Amino acid sequence: MKVHFDIIRRRKWFFTISSLITVAGLVVFLVSGFNLGTDFKAGSQVQVQLNQPFTSTQVAHVMTEAGLTLTPGAVTKAGLNDQTAIIRFSDVLTSKQIANITSDMKTAFPKALPPQINTVDPLVATQTSHKAVLAVLFASLFIVIYVAIRFEYRYAVAGIIALMHDAFIVMSVFALLRLEVNLTFIAAVLTIVGYSINDTIVIFDRIRENMKLTPPNSYEELQALVNKSLWQTMTRSLNTVATVLIAALMLFFFGGQSIHDFTFALIVGLISGAYSSIFIASPIWVIWRGRDFRRKARLAALDKA
Amino acid sequence: MKWGRFGVFLGIAVIIVGLTAGTVASVWKQIPLGLDLKGGISLLYKVEPVDNKPLTKAGIQAALEAVETRVDSLGVTSPLINLENGSEISVQLAGAFNQQQAEQIIGQTAQLAIYGEVTKGKNGKAAPVPSSLLVTGRDLKSNASVGQDSTTGAPTVDVTFKNASQWAKITKQYLGKPIYTFLNGNLITAATIEDVIENGQTQISGIGSVEKCRVLAKELNAGSLPYPLKRIASTNIGPQLGAASLKATMYAGLAAVILIFFFMIGMYRMAGVIADLAIVAYAYVTLLIFAAFPITLTLPGLAALVLGLGIAVDANIITYERIKDEVRNGRSLQSAVIAGSRRALRTIVDSNATTFIAAVVMFWFGQGDVRGFAVALMVSIIVSLLTAVFLSRTMLQVFTRANVVRKPWWYGSRKRSVEQ
Repeated sequence: MKVHFDIIRRRKWFFTISSLITVAGLVVFLVSGFNLGTDFKAGSQVQVQLNQPFTSTQVAHVMTEAGLTLTPGAVTKAGLNDQTAIIRFSDVLTSKQIANITSDMKTAFPKALPPQINTVDPLVATQTSHKAVLAVLFASLFIVIYVAIRFEYRYAVAGIIALMHDAFIVMSVFALLRLEVNLTFIAAVLTIVGYSINDTIVIFDRIRENMKLTPPNSYEELQALVNKSLWQTMTRSLNTVATVLIAALMLFFFGGQSIHDFTFALIVGLISGAYSSIFIASPIWVIWRGRDFRRKARLAALDKA
Repeated sequence: MKWGRFGVFLGIAVIIVGLTAGTVASVWKQIPLGLDLKGGISLLYKVEPVDNKPLTKAGIQAALEAVETRVDSLGVTSPLINLENGSEISVQLAGAFNQQQAEQIIGQTAQLAIYGEVTKGKNGKAAPVPSSLLVTGRDLKSNASVGQDSTTGAPTVDVTFKNASQWAKITKQYLGKPIYTFLNGNLITAATIEDVIENGQTQISGIGSVEKCRVLAKELNAGSLPYPLKRIASTNIGPQLGAASLKATMYAGLAAVILIFFFMIGMYRMAGVIADLAIVAYAYVTLLIFAAFPITLTLPGLAALVLGLGIAVDANIITYERIKDEVRNGRSLQSAVIAGSRRALRTIVDSNATTFIAAVVMFWFGQGDVRGFAVALMVSIIVSLLTAVFLSRTMLQVFTRANVVRKPWWYGSRKRSVEQ
């Protein structure tokens, strides 16, 4: 066994880094909150690929001409080369207004593709956001149950903490960058939840196996065993995240406009997921599992005295 | 070197590549594409109760059927109409057509009413006197058609009353007097009755263009909706936009696959080649399942397939890393492959099961896009288990037994020689 960097002993560093990021994320949430998309906030959204450079005022002008009222900052730019306009309305557009927007945009920007227009009633918006929150909670719950049955509850809880860490980081990044939170974002968070736990389980599986092969007799041995398990699975962890990242990066740069934010969430989540599996989940498990050894050691010391 | 086994290995490889190259195009054509990939409109309506009367199951069913009749009258190919959440009706229409007109025909009931008296309303417009109501659209047969006014040549809607004698009575009573026709609360014509009409037929003028007359005729024929429908969500996607998204995502996926191919060969050499063949099989089988069921492919669904590709590759990486461990522990290449594959399987099943659980929950709670994503993720996890585990494992074992290579270097191990 080559001498490797001892991850378990330096866990305080990683806990500190993650705590700092989490606190920063919380501050961002409290200050600005989410930029909710029409899926969660009722209203309408018009997305037009203009295929030419434009200014927000140009687009706003077309909308005002069409007799629509815009709130300040309703027009945003999107797409890799900023040639897509996203216009938000707080009202649910009527089909006549939709038809007008489609024809007016075509007149003002001849190269524009027909727009994508979403309208969502307040009723649907609340329904959707309830469902989204339930989905995340239930996904976590079922994963905990599965891991607790296949492994033990301490693995399950450590895995879930890592998973929440990843989901939280992605949400913080979206809140910070003012990226839109919509239904596809929820799908991205759920994918990250699935990936993060998948990644963690592979490491836990190796720890479980090593625990059976050479049961540790002391806290020191337990730490060494987990550290060894982490390094044994390190190549796999890195290679896997590399391949998934290749796919996500390709989709981010060359994929369609509508999955741009989705893949961005994936990229952030994948990196965070790979990090938390190695540097957060396993150290948490060590501390928890190690309590038995430390208690025994204290009792032994008492006996001697 | 055992030629027989090597032949089997080559045979599997040729079948995978040959089958995929030969039929993938025709399989692809059979996969239904979602609105986000081919354009169209998606509408969600809520069936609203009238006059505080609660919605009944039969009433909702009647509303659903009414919507179906209306959509049929549009002549759009393969529309999707579903009842969701008990009282919501979703309508998905693919392709390019007049979206505004479609919405009007689906969601609106043409309220045609003829009155004998009008007063001046608050805003200066003519308003009907409710007590003077003579007939409504409900008294008409479902055979309204577009016609032409014989004197002015303007387009009209020709209608027939169910009860011809009732119309004869009205025309007799109002002979020489004006009657007022209202459409959705707006006065469209005020015509003086010049003859008693015995056959129940009449022409409604003042509607506007031929196109508007055609829409009105369709609306009248579709009959009234048992409950009013409220549009609560809608998505319009232009067909070119959908095609552009599809093309971009396809190219991105292809670029990702090629890069992963090189990455795997660079990391695991011959074993990497086998993993790549398994990836091809994964992509092919997944598309085959989408075409066979058929499952509608959406943009998030495509993204899930690419993620599934990552999961399939991961299964191979876990196995190969295990094999390298076994080689390091001093096993021969052959026994390392067998032991490594066996040990890796449990890890792979556990890790994929957790992701699968996440996908099932997403399907359960999600709607629309999230569901499309979840289905694609479930399919790709199952297929990746089959191809990456069983197919590539078999190929690896057959290839190892063929004894073509003996050095673990061929499977990505750093050590060039085996300690035996």
